Amino acid sequence: MDIHEYQAKELLHQFGVENPPGALAYSPEQAAYRTRELGGNKWVVKAQVHAGGRGKAGGVKICSTDSEIQAACKEMFGRKIVTHQTGPEGKGIYRVYVECAVPIAAEYYLGLVLDRSSQRVMIVCSREGGMEIEEIAASRPDSIVRESVEPAVGLRDFQCREIGFKLGLEADVIQSFVKALMGCYRAFRDLDATMVEINPLVLTEDRRILALDAKMTFDDNALFRHPQISELRDKSQEDPRECRAADRGLSYVGLEGNIGCIVNGAGLAMATMDTIKHAGGEPANFLDIGGGATPDRVAKAFRLVMSDENVNAVLVNIFAGINRCDWVADGVVQALTDNPASVPVVVRLSGTNVEEGRKILEDSGLPIIKATTLKEAAALTVQAWKDSVKPQMTAPAREVEEPA
Amino acid sequence: MSILLDESTRVLVQGITGSMARFHTREMLNYGTNVVAGVVPGKGGETVEGVPVFDTVAEAVARTEAQASLVFVPPPFAADGIMEAARSGIRYCVCVTDGIPAQDMIMVKRYMYRFPKESRMMLTGPNCAGTISPGKAMLGIMPGHIYKPGNVGIVGRSGTLGYEAADQLKQLGIGVSTSVGIGGDPINGASFTDVLMHFEEDDDTDIVCLIGEIGGPQEAEAAEFIRDHVSKPVVAYVAGLTAPKGKTMGHAGAIISAFGESASEKVEILSEAGVIVADHPSEVGETIARALAA
Repeated sequence: MDIHEYQAKELLHQFGVENPPGALAYSPEQAAYRTRELGGNKWVVKAQVHAGGRGKAGGVKICSTDSEIQAACKEMFGRKIVTHQTGPEGKGIYRVYVECAVPIAAEYYLGLVLDRSSQRVMIVCSREGGMEIEEIAASRPDSIVRESVEPAVGLRDFQCREIGFKLGLEADVIQSFVKALMGCYRAFRDLDATMVEINPLVLTEDRRILALDAKMTFDDNALFRHPQISELRDKSQEDPRECRAADRGLSYVGLEGNIGCIVNGAGLAMATMDTIKHAGGEPANFLDIGGGATPDRVAKAFRLVMSDENVNAVLVNIFAGINRCDWVADGVVQALTDNPASVPVVVRLSGTNVEEGRKILEDSGLPIIKATTLKEAAALTVQAWKDSVKPQMTAPAREVEEPA
Repeated sequence: MSILLDESTRVLVQGITGSMARFHTREMLNYGTNVVAGVVPGKGGETVEGVPVFDTVAEAVARTEAQASLVFVPPPFAADGIMEAARSGIRYCVCVTDGIPAQDMIMVKRYMYRFPKESRMMLTGPNCAGTISPGKAMLGIMPGHIYKPGNVGIVGRSGTLGYEAADQLKQLGIGVSTSVGIGGDPINGASFTDVLMHFEEDDDTDIVCLIGEIGGPQEAEAAEFIRDHVSKPVVAYVAGLTAPKGKTMGHAGAIISAFGESASEKVEILSEAGVIVADHPSEVGETIARALAA
């Protein structure tokens, strides 16, 4: 789960990570008012979206007057911001954070991640702050300092000092750097984060170490023990379809194509998408109905996939181990009986109770196309999609022909 | 022979009184698995499907000499269950639980490494379907009937994709020595490499089928190991060619977040190491058949 910059800064501040004074606003007027409360004479207005790369996309503006702040906010509110991390649909701006500008002497990159190779928390730092870590890794790999954390003892002060000196920090600010890094680590550990990124962490002209930006991602599997983190969820930043699926206990990822997929198991779901692509189609989604899916859950999955307007055909691919083909078939029949499908539906069942499942589909009398293997199912779906869209594809062509 | 598990392995089930665990205990017993004990704190003295239940793993091991454990414990308590098994002399543990916090798994792995190598427990999973040595025993939640005994070793992160491979092989008359699920979590127990080591040493395994997916460094690490240390042919399939970057695809670990973690990059790395890669999930069986005939 992702949270906003201002939320991350608040959390990190509780762990001793200093940041410039700032205030949250839901409207341009509120932003102007809260800026007066903050004081100072130069501020940064930052769009609060769950994505990096805001600066280049117009989501960060430096302002020195009330009217500049209002103008910057009016340009941001309600707009969608598109960066390399948001996908083409972008993310809506509904909150801005106004922060006092600080005079910067140097910028650093500071990141904490779960390193899957060493299976430990890894600290990644660079004196090339402000750039994305991917850019730093590509253009200045020598500047990157890495340090892994021994899980039983945690991060130690000497490790932080080593990193600080490697970054070229001078003795008078090392202690502040240790405090900032230690704070990030404690927040990471205590709140079950999977990523903490401060980019940039700055040294100010008056020799303070401040977090100018902050990003945190949390382990969804650990949210059960952090209700205060669950509360920070902002659904406006999530794909509405993914959001709805998550609320129904389904694992769903929306994609750009037009063939809807309903599959059990994450690996098989990805393999099904690959097979569709191989057969000449484009998957509209990833969807894993999970294990022990009831007819009701299958019907819900079906309705979710059908609610995507881009879907022109549906492929149901089930290899039942812990699932039951008869329950899946019941769910498909239930969904199609309630809402007859306007697009072709292909079903491939295999594994536990496959005969019962096939019989249920047969007896339903519904126009379901049956397949026995994954390859056949994908080919049939792509073919059915092509057949079904043919009339619409030729229609505009006729219109062009007629005036000629 | 097979790896990790056979009909003589004495199995214990942690969390045996849950409805899912009961069902799968029955399935395992029907398959011929030597299930000797169950553990649920506070339910010692009960029986499930004729299997005695104990309060602690230590007691179960002392009374039944259990060697392998299947962990069915819910996510908040599963890490604790695995550590209890590691401390109590269990040699092989399969954890099927999906949803264990990553930092809990970091502690589990750190704890397991406290034990000297000769008494250290091997863990596969979490978030996996388990391990089966067809015709002998199974430790997990897979449908046993789709596996035919034979000479192909399967190791994969996805459960259902492992079923798909075993089923394709069976249709072609080819069987499996052992199939091992290592699970879809970012921090897991045994890696591809750990399991490949066992298959390389197993006389009954002639060829290995590796089923990978997007995310993490394990396929690339396996490729390096295969190039230097595996003499048997390896056939691989990597799921997720159409998966977008930065999105979690069902498995907590199935996310492309760094260089070398996409399916196409993994295919390239594996191919360079001499692995035969099936570029289509439906061709895994046929590719193995061709490699066996060669």
